[in-house]
Amino acid sequence: MSKQNNETHVEFKGVSKSYDGRTMVVKDLDLGIRTGEFVTLLGPSGSGKTTILMMLAGFQAPTAGEILLDGQPIQDLPARKRGIGMVFQNYALFPHMTVGANLAFPLEVRRMGAEERRERVERVLRLVRLEGFADRKPSQLSGGQQQRVAIARALVFEPSLVLMDEPLGALDRSLRDEMQYEIRRIHRTLAVTVVYVTHDQQEAMVMSDRIAVLRKGVVEQIAVPEGLYEEPTGSFVASFIGESNQLHGRILGTSEADNVYEVETGGEVIHALKVAQCNVGDDVTLSIRPERVKINPEAGRYTNEVDATVEDLTFLGNQLRVRLATCGREDFIATIPNIVGHGGWITGDSVRLGWTTVDCRALNHE
Amino acid sequence: MAGPIKLSGGPGYRAKVRALGLVAPLLIFIVVTFVAPLGTMLLRSVYDPVVADALPETLELLEDWDGIELPPEAVYAVAAQEVKRAGAERTLGQVASRVNRVQGGLRSVITRTGRELREIQQGPWRESMMTIDSAWADPAIWYAIRTTGERFTARHYWNALDLQSLPDGSVVRQPEDRRIYLRLFWRTLMISGLITLLCLLLGYPIAHLIACSKPSRANLLLILVLVPFWTSLLVRTTAWIVLLQTQGVLNEFLVTIGLIGDDGRLAMIYNMTGTIVAMTHVLLPFMVLPLYSVMNSIPSTQMDAAASLGATPLQAFLRVYWPQSLPGVGAGALLVFILAIGYYITPALVGGSDGQLISNMIAYHMQTSLNWGLAAALGGVLLLIVLLLYAVYERLLGIEKIGLGG
Repeated sequence: MSKQNNETHVEFKGVSKSYDGRTMVVKDLDLGIRTGEFVTLLGPSGSGKTTILMMLAGFQAPTAGEILLDGQPIQDLPARKRGIGMVFQNYALFPHMTVGANLAFPLEVRRMGAEERRERVERVLRLVRLEGFADRKPSQLSGGQQQRVAIARALVFEPSLVLMDEPLGALDRSLRDEMQYEIRRIHRTLAVTVVYVTHDQQEAMVMSDRIAVLRKGVVEQIAVPEGLYEEPTGSFVASFIGESNQLHGRILGTSEADNVYEVETGGEVIHALKVAQCNVGDDVTLSIRPERVKINPEAGRYTNEVDATVEDLTFLGNQLRVRLATCGREDFIATIPNIVGHGGWITGDSVRLGWTTVDCRALNHE
Repeated sequence: MAGPIKLSGGPGYRAKVRALGLVAPLLIFIVVTFVAPLGTMLLRSVYDPVVADALPETLELLEDWDGIELPPEAVYAVAAQEVKRAGAERTLGQVASRVNRVQGGLRSVITRTGRELREIQQGPWRESMMTIDSAWADPAIWYAIRTTGERFTARHYWNALDLQSLPDGSVVRQPEDRRIYLRLFWRTLMISGLITLLCLLLGYPIAHLIACSKPSRANLLLILVLVPFWTSLLVRTTAWIVLLQTQGVLNEFLVTIGLIGDDGRLAMIYNMTGTIVAMTHVLLPFMVLPLYSVMNSIPSTQMDAAASLGATPLQAFLRVYWPQSLPGVGAGALLVFILAIGYYITPALVGGSDGQLISNMIAYHMQTSLNWGLAAALGGVLLLIVLLLYAVYERLLGIEKIGLGG
């Protein structure tokens, strides 16, 4: 991961935001971002991620709470005095200025000398690999190039914090992949703190040091990408990050030094890792990743083994996707990597499924 | 698409005929009501056959005249016959009024000559005519006849530009007391420029407000901008009279609160002030609408971006917003200015004497003095000014950048 230390660069303390005074777009947000860190705010539309970014940038004022930048409260500071670089969703390049003029703009308003201005513009164009484009108008550039200019403009005045609001949303898939690595490269080169907003979980996984998953104005979980995938603490995160089978059941009892729940779901008893704090008799949601499910395992190898019927098979090239009926449901998914070919099942076959207790997380029922 | 519409062959033949059929009514309408009258009018400014038709032989003889001495008896003889005939055909009045425009006072000379020549059957014509009026003993009347006898003439344009052509063919400025049109053109341009500026100053913030509002509120504000269009121009202008006249609402108010004395009431109407105030009001929507349409297309993130880059609101406006709104400013200004320099009814109603514009003078020559040639020439000069402005705008901003919609 990139250079970072443990100083807190940005801190939200109990920040709430409401536009109409009734519904809270952001609820009591506590969030610390370390210097040099790449943090992504990930969530579906309406989760409040862009509002958080706008409050940090200074375009929205929090209804309650404090935002600290290097330990100083900034919620009363106008946007222009915060010195934060911002990359907008649709780039917001100035169409009447050349690329060079766009990049020189933040330097001019800072009354920087012409010589240093030229030097900085050149340097930042090199950084985003657009040497020789200074005299073009934004309209003469491709989407990807405009994106690079927007990033360069947010960096040219050397802010220590850069915000990006779904900057890749307007690009097509392949260009988006390219730009993800590009942004990561730039982040590593400059060691700036980046707060990135997206609804694309893959994008978040590729670039982030840590990801904050948001839902309805609340941070559901903030963790490194692996942590979010392997150890989701709620069913929303489990289903939003990657794919997961979610079974609803009731706790029958606990075992193994209180670490495991025995859960009844669809007529089967499943051993699940205790993540949510619940009592016997409570409803829980079990989350199982499709690739952790083994079809027809050696008997007795997995703590959970159930009968299932193959409903549907989909060949996806690198993997085989099997839809199964089990535990009272017909949408249970298991994926098998395409290493040894598939097992020759056809629709209607009866199979056994197996998975371990740690791969089956018992989460709060919603 | 390039090239003219082909009317035969090709797969799009039927479609093209259909397209032509669809535009035909408008095309015919425009040709009949706009192109043809405009063409006739402009032709009238350089072409006037009345005198040439009435006195053909006289004019032919006058071609050999030196312009200094009185013409010989032969000319008087032919002229007398032709004046008699024109009198009988009732075209002499028109001839008289045209000659009169070259030199004042000749109208009555010619009509009286026509009347009294009816009694005289034989020469010497020169003496008889000189007896009827001594003006016939002055070469000036012959010069006036020869001048008005040109079918194609630039004299209306000379007149419209406060110039005159002398008998020796040179063109000089009119004497000081007869120069009126250039000053009027100048005043028209100045007042129009001032009105355009006022419309811009008043309209820019409103257009910006509408462009920044939520759609529902923007609609309401747009309707308010358009409300003046719902009432007749006459009513709006009259309303200004009610407000601004000496015994009007505003003066009464100022007197009541003691800001001005009863004898110091402000003259705000029937003068240039009245023209400027009322025309600014009438033309304001023509500034607001193009401005709004251009501003509406400037994303709000542009100003956010400028702020995030460290620009003060003033810097952001001057460097980011204003340049992007320029096509709207250009379109609005051009529209208001062109409408203003041709405006007629408002200055006619509230302009008094010093608030009259060139259009009012054109109307005067059309309706009162019946000098259509001069009216047409004044209109031609006005048209030329508009085209010139258009060319300047094209040079500065590019006409394709004009932002009238979206």
